[in-house]
Amino acid sequence: MIVSKGLYLRRRIVNGVFITLSIAAALFGLVWLAFILSALISQGIVALSPMLFTHSTPPPGQPGGLLNAIIGSVLMSVMAVVLGTPIGLFAGTYLAEYGKHTGFAFVVRFVNDILLSAPSIVTGLFIYEIVVLPMGHFSAWAGTLSLMVIVIPVVVRTTENMLILVPNGLREAASALGAPMSFVIRAVTWQAAKAGIITGVLLAIARISGETAPLLFTALNNQFLSTNLNAPIASLPAVIFQYALSPYDDWHRLAWAGALLITATVLTLSILARLLENKRN
Amino acid sequence: MADIALTEADATAQRAARAETTRRAGRGDARFHVLTWLAAAAVLLIFAGVIISLVIGSIPAFKAFGFSFLTSSAWNPTSNIFGGLPSIYGTLVTSFLAMLLAVPVGIGIAIFLTELCPRPLRRPIGIAIELLAGIPSIIYGIWGLFVFAPWLQAHVQQPIIDATDGIPLIGSLLGGAPYGIGVFTAALILSIMVLPFISAVTRDVFETVPTMLKEATYGLGCTTWEVMWRVVLPYARSGVIGGAMLALGRALGETMAVTFVIGNAHTIDASLFAPGTTISATIANEFTEATGALYTSSLIFLGLILFFITFIVLAFAQWMLLALERQGGTK
Repeated sequence: MIVSKGLYLRRRIVNGVFITLSIAAALFGLVWLAFILSALISQGIVALSPMLFTHSTPPPGQPGGLLNAIIGSVLMSVMAVVLGTPIGLFAGTYLAEYGKHTGFAFVVRFVNDILLSAPSIVTGLFIYEIVVLPMGHFSAWAGTLSLMVIVIPVVVRTTENMLILVPNGLREAASALGAPMSFVIRAVTWQAAKAGIITGVLLAIARISGETAPLLFTALNNQFLSTNLNAPIASLPAVIFQYALSPYDDWHRLAWAGALLITATVLTLSILARLLENKRN
Repeated sequence: MADIALTEADATAQRAARAETTRRAGRGDARFHVLTWLAAAAVLLIFAGVIISLVIGSIPAFKAFGFSFLTSSAWNPTSNIFGGLPSIYGTLVTSFLAMLLAVPVGIGIAIFLTELCPRPLRRPIGIAIELLAGIPSIIYGIWGLFVFAPWLQAHVQQPIIDATDGIPLIGSLLGGAPYGIGVFTAALILSIMVLPFISAVTRDVFETVPTMLKEATYGLGCTTWEVMWRVVLPYARSGVIGGAMLALGRALGETMAVTFVIGNAHTIDASLFAPGTTISATIANEFTEATGALYTSSLIFLGLILFFITFIVLAFAQWMLLALERQGGTK
């Protein structure tokens, strides 16, 4: 009797400790989120001003904004998504509709998932070798391509996942009406999975808008406003990197403002993607 | 008669038109198939391109230093002597320390979300944790440099250094001066960054554990801890390992956050509080300033080593997660 009472007590204590630790783990995660966001907001808000959107990056000691960096980031992100999405969409379609369980599809799936988590700095080196070196200089094109390499795996993965969820009955019904397979895919399967595919594209945009490492040696940076695709171009992350590590206080403020802009964009995109996903369910 | 002849001619024309439409649709169909195949092949091409370009780029460095590049800690751009050991060491140590903290905490979060959390709070808390994964690396970097490192320096490192001073081994591991930035800070930030990956994958595999199994164990009178430790964790083991490996792959290649806070010193110091460097931080800091072919090539060689390490870790992660899928399939 006494023995079992002790056993019960020990089990209850172990359980209590374990539950406390789990709750502490969740709090641990939430505390960091609050810590980061509050620092970002308190430091970023004071640096926000209309000038950010009307002036380019200044030399130290002078007032200025982030216009060139914002334009560079938007330009490269948009182009990377425009170029990368079709490739990702088609490849994902191949995996879900044609390849399925073939060896080729298996290899593509495996390689794609590796690329999805591969260090972005390494893909930046790849673009440096095949674009920057032959061209002889850094350029917005190189930056765009290095971002595209990041977009493709994200879109492939979500497209395949979403297409697999489309019920086979839909495909069979369309095929029974005599529609060729490509037509079934375009008019039925893609339509049914539209929200999911758009979610994937939004996630890809979120992923590249804060991407810094590959831009450092592809697009480099540019102190002036430029939309020339064959010349180096500024981007928000590259400017943050440069300004945060500088010794000037006003540059630090601009870096914080840029950080706030990027985070707001990324979090808005992630939440949009999530809302879209919920709507589908 | 004339009417019938007309109808027959009509029918022939219609048949021909229909056959033409079918042929055209067939051709379009084949074209579409080829197009999707080409896109899939493009994914392989990118992967092959990454490997080939890195290998070609690192040939000069390999010719100059051979495998001693992996074991040499010299890094002297002025005399053109390079060794990758401090970078490789920093990459492995920061990632290992990050996993040491992130794996138990990530699993704890997953347990909290699947078993303990009140239902209405599950989604908001789950989303909040996942937002940590959405915050870009560079944001962790600037926060780490201006907010976290100074805080750590004043409130964590100094007390630890004072407390462990004089104890053999631990004293030197956690000794020296409180720089704020350094290996320890980088590892802490990495662990926060990969936390959501572990908790998300772990939560997903926990949810695949059949409710019947859990209820049967609860029915025997087991506590929540016993159900998790004896039933859920063993059942979900390969998924949890896969998730941890995925997170490790991320931690190894993480660049910007680490670059801001590690101090970029090509040294291997006994103290975890000392500045160091990682492969990705070295490349990010020095690549555009690298003068001379051998310097650039050495940095690309480091990139190749990083890619090789992450490839092995990620491939293992996939293998574990695939095993889980098969297990789910036979259920």
